[in-house]
Amino acid sequence: MMGGIVNAVVWVLLISGGFFMVTGALGMVRLPDVFTRMHAAGMVDTMGAGLTLAGLCIYSLHDGAGLVAVRLVLVLAFLWFTSPIATHAVAKAALSGGTTPYTTHGDGEREGRDRP
Amino acid sequence: MNRAPWLWAILFALWLVLSWHFTGLFLFFGVVTCSIAVFVVARMGVLDRESLPVHLAWRAVTYVPWLVWEIFKSNVRVARIILSPRIRVDPSIVHFQASQRTDLGRFIYANSITLTPGTVTTGIVGDDFEVHAIVQEEIDGSEENIMNRRVARLEGEAG
Repeated sequence: MMGGIVNAVVWVLLISGGFFMVTGALGMVRLPDVFTRMHAAGMVDTMGAGLTLAGLCIYSLHDGAGLVAVRLVLVLAFLWFTSPIATHAVAKAALSGGTTPYTTHGDGEREGRDRP
Repeated sequence: MNRAPWLWAILFALWLVLSWHFTGLFLFFGVVTCSIAVFVVARMGVLDRESLPVHLAWRAVTYVPWLVWEIFKSNVRVARIILSPRIRVDPSIVHFQASQRTDLGRFIYANSITLTPGTVTTGIVGDDFEVHAIVQEEIDGSEENIMNRRVARLEGEAG
């Protein structure tokens, strides 16, 4: 009985983690420029990875593998400490590279094209 | 406060969790590795409040769950934008003053902003933050002010 509930929770977490990953990937295609796409990429490594790892964590705890659960928490901690720095580096590189951010009230820069 | 033993203990705990071999040889390797790492860090002169903010640990206990909840909420908002039939984004770059006094506080605030989807810190000069938001409301709203205040509180009195 207990195992059934745990399994259901794990399923919900894994599927919603996958949902955020797929949505993030869809955002990479649908959003207009590099800066807005960064926000979609941010979804993949916050909620996508977070919910997936939470699901795996609960599963391994239930399985009696507490050590694996601790290591999964470490994976998430390292990921959440490093990913904003990578995102920031991409944003900064794009800005110094002369990419104009897409705006809806732009003056001829609506496509988010690179500056000549 | 001497931070070297703290760093050593944290590194060795990490070693134990990742290895989980309690034979003499592996423990010996762990002790040697952690000692070398702490020696190098101390020799570089970067073993300070900034590199090892153990004084924030107990206040982080309330900040981290709140941040996770904020990350969840903004994930749902960005997912809504992406999944709506017509993409409605109104991205803009916003400048504002952050109220943290230390570089560490600003670092935590900047990373928290970037970690919540919908907002990315693109630059910091002094206390002037430059943030790119996918829709204006993400950065105008009171949410950012709450985060600003919470990080300032996390950073504490001693600067």
